[in-house]
Amino acid sequence: MNSLVLRNVRPYGEAKLDVRVENGVIAELGSVQPTALDDVIDGQGAVLLPGLVDLHTHLREPGREDAETVETGSAAAALGGYTAVFAMPNTEPCADTAGVVEQVWRLGRQTGLVDVQPIGAVTAGRAGAQLAELGAMADSPARVRMFSDDGSCVSDSALMRRALEYVRAFDGVIAQHAEDPRLTVGAQMNEGVVSGRLGLGGWPAAAEEAILARDVLLTGHVGSRLHVCHVSTAGSVELLRWAKDKGWAVTAEVTPHHLSLTDELAESYDPVFKVNPPLRTADDVAALRTGLADGTIDCVATDHAPHAIEDKETEWGAALPGMLGLQTALAIVIKTMVEPGLLDWRGLADRMSVAPARIGALAEHGRPIAIGEPANLVVVDPAIRWTVSPAALVSKSRNTPYAGRTLPGRIVATVLRGRLTSRDGALLEALPA
Amino acid sequence: MNRHLLSAADLGREEALRILDTAEHLDRALSGREVKKLPPLRGRTVVNLFYEDSTRTRTSFELAAKRLSADVVNFAAKGSSVSKGESLKDTALTLEAMGADAVVIRHSYSGAAHRLATWVQGSVVNAGDGTHEHPTQALLDAFTIRRRLRGATGDLDGLRVAIVGDVLHSRVARSNVLLLTTLGARVTLVAPPTLVPRGVESWPVGCVFDLDSVLADSDVVMMLRVQRERMAGGFFPSAREYSRRYGLDARRMAMLGDAAIVMHPGPMNRGMEIAAEVADDPKRSTIVEQVTNGVSVRMAVLYLLLGGAEQLGD
Repeated sequence: MNSLVLRNVRPYGEAKLDVRVENGVIAELGSVQPTALDDVIDGQGAVLLPGLVDLHTHLREPGREDAETVETGSAAAALGGYTAVFAMPNTEPCADTAGVVEQVWRLGRQTGLVDVQPIGAVTAGRAGAQLAELGAMADSPARVRMFSDDGSCVSDSALMRRALEYVRAFDGVIAQHAEDPRLTVGAQMNEGVVSGRLGLGGWPAAAEEAILARDVLLTGHVGSRLHVCHVSTAGSVELLRWAKDKGWAVTAEVTPHHLSLTDELAESYDPVFKVNPPLRTADDVAALRTGLADGTIDCVATDHAPHAIEDKETEWGAALPGMLGLQTALAIVIKTMVEPGLLDWRGLADRMSVAPARIGALAEHGRPIAIGEPANLVVVDPAIRWTVSPAALVSKSRNTPYAGRTLPGRIVATVLRGRLTSRDGALLEALPA
Repeated sequence: MNRHLLSAADLGREEALRILDTAEHLDRALSGREVKKLPPLRGRTVVNLFYEDSTRTRTSFELAAKRLSADVVNFAAKGSSVSKGESLKDTALTLEAMGADAVVIRHSYSGAAHRLATWVQGSVVNAGDGTHEHPTQALLDAFTIRRRLRGATGDLDGLRVAIVGDVLHSRVARSNVLLLTTLGARVTLVAPPTLVPRGVESWPVGCVFDLDSVLADSDVVMMLRVQRERMAGGFFPSAREYSRRYGLDARRMAMLGDAAIVMHPGPMNRGMEIAAEVADDPKRSTIVEQVTNGVSVRMAVLYLLLGGAEQLGD
């Protein structure tokens, strides 16, 4: 097999060098003389990072293939610099059985653009009443280790306790969508000054924080692992700090949109800004950035949520919540964290690759850039700015909140186990796994 | 004037006064005429797009448009393509294609008028969107107050208005807070704490939980309709407790100053937020004239938005 040579790249933004990738691993680091048969990419000083890992993606297949499929979602991921994504189970049928998770896993392998790791539902049908067969999903070829009812909260305290206990048998982790449903009846956006003015039902920060507080206490009590999805409030960050100080095995993620957008955007009533949990205030955004910088929040996860046009081009109250994220995530994190000096490139590599791979137990991703390591890599040029055009995104859906904005950081190349999946913003033909 | 009237915040002081003055002018132009018709909107098409049942507001807009000689088309949600699941966007494009000059929309979702405005070339008048706003209601309320207490001219500077009831869910309250303060009035909200929105501290109003404390000092008491169904959400324990603490009954009416007036946007829950004898009080209650004034004010809005082609005769 011929090798891939990445010339003039800076691992973690540090000294410039060349990388030879062969047989799926990093074979050489330093000064590489490519042969005539090698595939060569000249990074021209671009930054080399471990391939990004997304702990929270909605691929919509099975059931809503009109909005996205495993194939189109994988394409978006590859173009966004991702080498692995975790697929949330709120599909139709729900991924609460070995059969469905195995289907999603196989579709991912067939597409071969990114490693698709299915997340299993915590409860049967995500109905919150009865545990799903978590063991069967763990034992399936999909080797599920992360479980979530995302979209819904596991709100019953007793059931959440049992779920946390049960997954200890296979070192699993429960990923909670923290939202007390009794406090968010009729909620449409963050509860605050803006919602009061716009006449839209409010989603109070306390609805997230109350569940988060309960769950970290349960986690400490039963000695299990908890991951908190899409943390969105300053209060949540404080609670996470407290829980980690106690030594409890709690991790958390934040979305790029919660790092960058506020609830004032709802004033246009354009449902592209409607999301769950909702966009919050500038104070929350600042606390989330600080929390990500100091590691209280372990990682960035996109919560990529494609929606058909008719589900967004409608009245706010009738629209489905959610935003695209895979193709804009790295650029947003560069803009909100790297450019203002809150994270350096090593920090970004940790938050977007190393930590999520560790939390999701993916052995081949988030590895150091070193000889012998699996070649799951991304090359990004932070100096190139590009304008977001919904029509140009490769997702089946168009609901990005960044339409028309210019962002920093163009993906030069994405490499999945030694094979190029994206090059200069275009997908490459993927080989079946 | 702006192309649309979506929110009372769209109107600055001068524009708001212009609407009130135009309403007075139109009302005078029509009174005493046997044939209640003026020509300015002849040949223009006004569509009433009502997704919520509303006889009062829809009829008011229909009369207003017809008195200005416009052609009126009524799209009610029931029995139209809307009940077959047609989206708001498709309905908007259909109205566009038919050449509607103005669309008056009432909808159960907040922000529906804003969304409609992005899909049509004509003017959009918000006739009530969810719990967000009802700007023409605020205009007719201001018109009524001005007639009763300021001799039908000028602004409302210094007038003390108490708005009482379910502020949280009230589009009438939101529009009135904006317009009344634009016109110089001092507004105090009165409600149980559960029915006041978070963030009300940032509104340019006072807010108290005790109705009796504001009555003697109010020039206007504006009662809002309170739905009994709100009990199910825990907003108040019973209709009885609500009406005892926040209902305007005869005892409370007697605490008002001599010239104070009592208003209600309708429809009323007699016995809940307002007692029958208060609603029917010949001196203080403006409830019936609010309806009459609604037609004049809506005439003014349509006239100013669509830029009447011909001169108004005197």
